[in-house]
Formats: sequence, structure tokens, C-alpha cells
Amino acid sequence: MRRRILPGLPLSLGITLFYVALIVALPLGALIFKAASLGPEEYWRIISSSRAIASYRVTALSALAATAFGLVFGLALAWVLVRYEFPGKRLIDALVDLPFALPTAVAGIALTSLFAQNGWLGSILASVGIQVVYTPLGIMVAMFFTSLPFVVRTVQPVLEDLDPALEEAAQSLGGSDGTIFLRVILPLLTPALLAGLSLSFARSLGEFGAVIFIAGNRPSSTEITALLAFIRLEEFNYSAAAAIASVLLFTAFVMLAVTNYLQARALRYMARA
Amino acid sequence: MAQHPAKPPRVGDTPAIRWTLIAFVVFFGSLLVLAPLLVIFTQAFALGIGHFAETIALPDTRHAIFLTVLTALIAVPLNTIFGIAAAWAITKFEFWGRRFLLIVIEIPFSISPVVAGVAYLFVYGLQGLFGPALQSAEIQILFALPGIVLASMFVTAPFVARELIPLMQAQGRDLEEAATSLGASGWRTFLTVTLPNIRWALLYGVVLCNARVMGEFGAVSVVSGKIRGQTNTLPLHIELLYHDYNTVGAFAAASILAVLALVTIVAKLALERRGAGRAGRPALASPTVAIQEKTS
Repeated sequence: MRRRILPGLPLSLGITLFYVALIVALPLGALIFKAASLGPEEYWRIISSSRAIASYRVTALSALAATAFGLVFGLALAWVLVRYEFPGKRLIDALVDLPFALPTAVAGIALTSLFAQNGWLGSILASVGIQVVYTPLGIMVAMFFTSLPFVVRTVQPVLEDLDPALEEAAQSLGGSDGTIFLRVILPLLTPALLAGLSLSFARSLGEFGAVIFIAGNRPSSTEITALLAFIRLEEFNYSAAAAIASVLLFTAFVMLAVTNYLQARALRYMARA
Repeated sequence: MAQHPAKPPRVGDTPAIRWTLIAFVVFFGSLLVLAPLLVIFTQAFALGIGHFAETIALPDTRHAIFLTVLTALIAVPLNTIFGIAAAWAITKFEFWGRRFLLIVIEIPFSISPVVAGVAYLFVYGLQGLFGPALQSAEIQILFALPGIVLASMFVTAPFVARELIPLMQAQGRDLEEAATSLGASGWRTFLTVTLPNIRWALLYGVVLCNARVMGEFGAVSVVSGKIRGQTNTLPLHIELLYHDYNTVGAFAAASILAVLALVTIVAKLALERRGAGRAGRPALASPTVAIQEKTS
């Protein structure tokens, strides 16, 4: 190994470790410590209460549904942005980033107002009997909005780099467009697609600001897990808040591992292709 | 272009498919992304521009804007220093635990902001590790500016670092090593060799970090205590106005943050043209992945 000649390791690493310890590790450690100090029985009782379980269910199912629609819409959006030319394309490309740039609370009140019974879209949907606000459908809409850019922005560059020769070869062998898409293009996109979906699902599981305005927050029906932790705090029930927050923290760690694995795999795959 | 059998159009490039897909994307994009943006401004100006100006000028709203700007002025520079230091340490040196450090830096990105807020409560709150000691020393961290700044720093900790690390990893160490071997000091090397190469990516990270700090809701809503006119940041003030049934006021305040979001997007696009952001690195590259690929 070469001898290090660059200066600055003690200073830069010192700042980094101090910052990471104080800002990231200390609070997470304190949370885990608090949750662990509950004792297994008490901990289990809190995290397996029927209200907590209902919150996991509505959070996970809404995140799943939002991610599923995100898959279809995100793939179509990436495809349209890469493959076609049409007026307004650049505006749409720029707007894809809006959900990341717009604060979640702003997104929350805007979506609620849009889908309310007297809102622009809510009134139209109400006339066909669909209610969005204060239902799981509303939670799904909010999660879809905040996680939309993930799928588009992971698939888009891969689609741009796709070698046209592969499609041309398939065409010359007589494949129809549908077959070529399913058998040639989609498999090449799959690693990136999976990485984008896992990012999008993870974001949806933890989303708070956008969801709480539109969800109605009725216990056991439209109450997400993050909100339940928040409510326990406001009730000064700190043990319960710690336990429920630790469940979310654990889920985030699992999703982080999955996402990192999928991204590394997608990148290796791209390097080979 | 005398190609013998005419080349078939690319897959999916028949007019029927093309326009169906464009219509699908434009339809749902307009309803779910553009319409919420329009709602904000329509509602904000629903009672006219005079009413809008009055709402913005209310002392509580002005204080919320002030607090949000103040938080960003403290949290963003600190995060920038951290991001530069982390990128320098991780990309210019090899040391034990480098990959683990990268993963720890990325953690806040995947954690629910509410969890971050709750975690801070167990450090500085009365039930927390340092709470009793802080109380006897009469130092207020939670439900005050320091808590808001700390929570904002947590949620945005990866923002600058994750823009710089893939770029500095790709640029390598040769230039810096040449500069120091010619006798330049470490600072001079950084300022005259490294900084010009990373300035756009750095600015990109700072812009995104700033947008997130100013818009942060979940983490801050746990630690701020939401004291009207004292610890309410702009996003929290929007919630308060909204729950007071002051819809126009809430959207007037929200429109300020929506303008910030639009400015952020424009800045982002301008910086991407200069090679920052996704334009400047391989697709998908989270910093962790970038390092893994280089070293394994």
C-alpha cells in the first residue's frame, strides 16, 4: 500500500466522528437504550397491542399500494421522458423533483385540499362515490406523492444507457414490441427498478408530514405507526413512544440493508451489461 | 440513408403507444403533482393579494419565518463543514471501518423523521440521558432553538456528504498528492485544488440540505414543543393555522415554502447542467455503493 502523503486525516476524521457520534449515534443509542430498558414482556405488550398492529397494517399496506402504483407510473414516466419528444417534456422532467423539494407539510395540506369533498378532485370523485381524504386511499395518495421521484430517477439513467442494438437484434429476430419489452428491456431494467421500489417503499413507511393531514388519523383504521409514536409522546407515555419508535427504527435498518444490497446489485449488473 | 429493408421504429415508438403513454403520464402527473402545486397558490390568494400580504405580516407568521431562516443559517453551514470533512476523510484515506462510517452517515436518510425527534427526546428531554443534568444547569435544549437545530441537522446529515463522496471518489487523489508534494499546505491544497473541482456538487448538496432544513416537519414537530410565536417554525406554523381553520393563512405561509421549492428545483437544474447531482455520477450511486464498487 502507498504511503499516505495527504494531510488532514486527523482533523477531517475527527470532525466526522464527533458529528456522527453527537448528531446520529447518540440519539439513536438513547432511543434503543430506552426501548431496551422496558423489559421484554412490557416491550412486547406495547408493540403487539391491537392499536399498534392496526397501525403497522395500514402503514405497510398503504406503502405497498403506493409503491405498486409508483412502479407503473414511475416506469411509464421514465419511459416517456427517455424515449419520446413532445412539448412540455422538460417541464414534466423538472416537476418530477417537486415531491422532494416541497416540504411534506405543504404537500399534506395541498393534497388534502385537492381531494377534500369540496376540492377540485375530491368533488369529482365524490360524485362517483369515492372518498379519498380520511381514508387509507388518502394515505396512499400522500405516500405516492412523496415517493414518486425514487422510481423515476433510478430507472431513467438506466433506460438512457440501454444499448439500442439489443432491441434491434430482438426486432430482427421477429419479436413483437410487447415480447421485446417483456423479455429484453424489462429484465435489463429490473435491478434498477427494484432499487427504486425499495427506496420508495422505505420512504413511504416513514412518511409523516404529508400523511397526517390527509389521513384523518382514526385509531385502528387510518392511524399510521409514526403518528402513533407521536401520540404516545403527547400523552407523556414515553415507554410506549420509545417502543413503537424502535419498531420503525428497526424497519428502517432492514430497509436500508435491502436497499443497499439492491443498489449494489443493480450497479454491478450495469457494469457488466 | 439507403437502408435496405426500412428499419423498424424503436420498440414502443408507434404513434398509438406513444400517445397513450404520454397521455397517461400527463394525466396523472397533472392531477397528482401539478394540481397540488396550483392549489397552494390558488388558496393562498383566494381572498386577494391584500389579505395574503396581511397574513404574511402577522407577528406569529413573521416569527415563524425568522425562526426557519435562523435554523437554516445555523444548521446548513454546520452540515456543510461536516459533509466536506466526511468526504475528505472517506475519499482521500483508507482506514478501518470506512464503509461502516458511510452506512452510519446514510442512516438518517432512511429513518422516519418522527423517530429522529423521539430519539432526541431521550437524550435531552427530562426522561432522557442528559435531561436532569441539563435542567439543574438551566440549559434549555428541547422546546427551544438548539433542539430544532439539532433535529434538523440529524435529518439532513447525509445531504452534503452524499453529493461529494461519489464525486471525490471518482476524482481520486492524484491532484491533491501532486499539490502537497510540491509543498502546498493541506488548506491551500483543499482551497485551490479540491474545492474548484467540487464546487458545483457542493453547492448542489447545500441547496438540497437548505430546502430540507427549511421544510422539515416531523422531527422538528416532536422537539420544538410548538409554542406559538416562539418555537414554531414555518412548517409547524402552517399546521397550526390549518388546524385553526385558517385555510387561507395556512396556504399563504405554505406558498412561501412552495416558492422555495420551485427555486430549489431551478437551482438544481442549473447545477445539474454544470455536472452536479445525478449528471455527475453513475446512475444509482449512493455513496456507500460507490465506495463498495471502488474497493471491492
